[in-house]
Amino acid sequence: MKIAVTSEGSTLEAAVDPRFGRCKYFIVVDTDTGAFEAVDNVQNLNAAQGAGIQSAETVVNQGAEAVLTGHCGPKAFRTLSTGEVKIYVGVEGTVREAVEAFKAGKLQASENADVEGHW
Amino acid sequence: MKEIIIISGKGGTGKTSLTGAFAALAENPVLADCDVDAADLHLILKPKILETHDFSGGKQARIEPDKCTGCATCEEVCRFGAIRRIPAKDDISPPFFAVDPVACEGCGVCAWFCIPKAVQFEDALNGHWFVSETRFGCLVHAKLGVAEENSGKLVTLVRNRAKQIAKERNCPYLLVDGSPGIGCPVIASLTGADLVVIVTEPTVSGEHDLARVADLAKHFGIPVAVCVNKADINPGMADRIRVNAEARGLSFAGTVPYDKAVTAAQVAQLTIVEHDRGELGKAVRKVWERVTALADGKDTK
Amino acid sequence: MKIAIASGKGGTGKTTVATCLAQVLAETGLRVRYLDCDVEEPNGHLFLHPEIYESKPVTVPVPEVDREKCVGCGLCAKICQYAAIACVKKKVVTFPELCHGCGGCARVCPAGAIREVGRGIGVAETGRSCKIDFAQGCLRVGEAMSPSLIRQVRDIPTGAELDIIDAPPGTSCPAITAIRGADFVLLVTEPTPFGLNDLALALDMVRELDIPRAVVVNRHEDENLSARKFCSERHVQIAAEIPDDRRVAEAYSQGLLPVIALPEYRPYFLDLWANVNKLATGTPGKEPA
Ligand code: SF4
Ligand code: SF4
Ligand code: SF4
Ligand code: SF4
Repeated sequence: MKIAVTSEGSTLEAAVDPRFGRCKYFIVVDTDTGAFEAVDNVQNLNAAQGAGIQSAETVVNQGAEAVLTGHCGPKAFRTLSTGEVKIYVGVEGTVREAVEAFKAGKLQASENADVEGHW
Repeated sequence: MKEIIIISGKGGTGKTSLTGAFAALAENPVLADCDVDAADLHLILKPKILETHDFSGGKQARIEPDKCTGCATCEEVCRFGAIRRIPAKDDISPPFFAVDPVACEGCGVCAWFCIPKAVQFEDALNGHWFVSETRFGCLVHAKLGVAEENSGKLVTLVRNRAKQIAKERNCPYLLVDGSPGIGCPVIASLTGADLVVIVTEPTVSGEHDLARVADLAKHFGIPVAVCVNKADINPGMADRIRVNAEARGLSFAGTVPYDKAVTAAQVAQLTIVEHDRGELGKAVRKVWERVTALADGKDTK
Repeated sequence: MKIAIASGKGGTGKTTVATCLAQVLAETGLRVRYLDCDVEEPNGHLFLHPEIYESKPVTVPVPEVDREKCVGCGLCAKICQYAAIACVKKKVVTFPELCHGCGGCARVCPAGAIREVGRGIGVAETGRSCKIDFAQGCLRVGEAMSPSLIRQVRDIPTGAELDIIDAPPGTSCPAITAIRGADFVLLVTEPTPFGLNDLALALDMVRELDIPRAVVVNRHEDENLSARKFCSERHVQIAAEIPDDRRVAEAYSQGLLPVIALPEYRPYFLDLWANVNKLATGTPGKEPA
């Protein structure tokens, strides 16, 4: 399956970006093959508003089934849930570590947004 | 790093003068002026600009007269009355159409429905934002073009850059001069902050507006400290504000007296603590001590 | 005639000037309406104590999607500039609090699946305070769409001869919305460096809107002529200078109209009105002594 990790850089060694809507990159990883692709999020990062919503659309369009990130606001959460994407918040470390933790089943999907995400 | 936002609800309560004083009192702070409509902090901090950036708050429509056939579709679809009809001089030719840039909300509906693609829909240049050095520390601030609007986006930009600098330089405090009102810019100034200091006055309107901004801060779950400026204008009301604030579960940061030295400091381009070593300066120092204690979580009262 | 009372920033005495002017002119027999368009912090009612006759909810149109009809084409999300409507996996999600009510999504939907419904953003109230007609808008706390509310308050029909609009402070969208359509703008300032800096910005805004204007200097002190100097440099007339008086601040703090608590202040507002009339009709007003 494909998962998306918010990232501060374009490699697996980059740190997980704690912000969802305004993260620098999404690293989309195929957990079966280990192949990955860095998706630049600069357009949404600079969006006037609704960055979380637009980033969520990007993730859904990439075909990801799960998102690993630091925090996720309510609007992004609603959009992701509608797109049938599971959300894992509070993820830290490098993208590679996050993916390993996910594969090992150490992460737990959130039921709700964890931050007040107005902007 | 603790982020402290200074807001007032009602303007003119001395919020910027107090922010300036806090800047002088804080050790190694980073400063952000999010009161972009009435950005005055630079008048006392005299920043030296290091970086200048363009700011675009959104898009704007513009009609290319050559391509416009005068079909009036744009006028019909625009909900904001931003399309102006300019009748042709000869009374027979179709009228011209132009976008009123001040009224245009940048919704893009006219561009979408214009068949000959005569509407250009492009990023508007709304102003500039700056990173500067001052005698107290780094200041991030902005200046908008004439009749441009402050927005959550600009405030977020200024705050985020200031936060980033505070982290890089390992600064203990980020002081933000917040936007007035309870609308979108002020919401953007305070979300996610560690402490909001509301500066108010002992007047019926000051009290009324305090209640509204305090509700807003509560809505976003941010701790609030209330400071009453010009308290001696109406000591009875100043006291009532304190009692009510505490009853609502807000902290009270103290009072500052009415003093003409506040204006004198502005004229001298100094903060009130640099300018005044008397009662006024003392009162402000006390407020700052309490504010830092609250922000650092050392005061749990 | 409509005059807007504005200021570069809050706290300069804008509401004091607007309410005192309304009071003094109403006493002369003019039919006056005071409109509080400072919808984020409406304060005029604290001084005029109006009796409110009518309170109407104010709404903005937001989309409501009929899931049965929606074909999941995503055009609505594409036209929306504010991310107020998103389309993922052929399902539509709306975020009414971000919607500016432009109507684009409903217009673009090929399936006719979008209907517009009203979302409350505040209230518009009308009433009366003795001789003054009163109207105000009050924005719901946490709400960002103040221009829509201001527009609706500004456009409440009236039988008054004079509308006095208390505009929101600043130079952004809410202020512009309130001032637009006024015949004259009075910019209230204090003669301090902060005050004059903000006045400069407000003047630029009013110039851009091309509305006749003049300045009211509040908390004027005879030994401080910085505002006079500024106004002569910027070629704008001063319509009144209201002295710095602690008693005015004290009356204000208790919710009393200064012209009622201190009747000696009435002539300042009568003169102000005379000056506005002269300036509005193009004859230069006299410089206040
Ligand atoms: S819709 Fe296009 S062609 Fe028609 S009047 Fe407007 S700009 Fe001109
Ligand atoms: S972009 Fe929207 S607000 Fe601006 S002119 Fe076009 S339709 Fe009107
Ligand atoms: S009405 Fe306009 S702003 Fe509102 S959701 Fe539709 S397209 Fe977006
Ligand atoms: S435009 Fe209409 S049909 Fe298309 S996704 Fe939106 S609501 Fe559904």
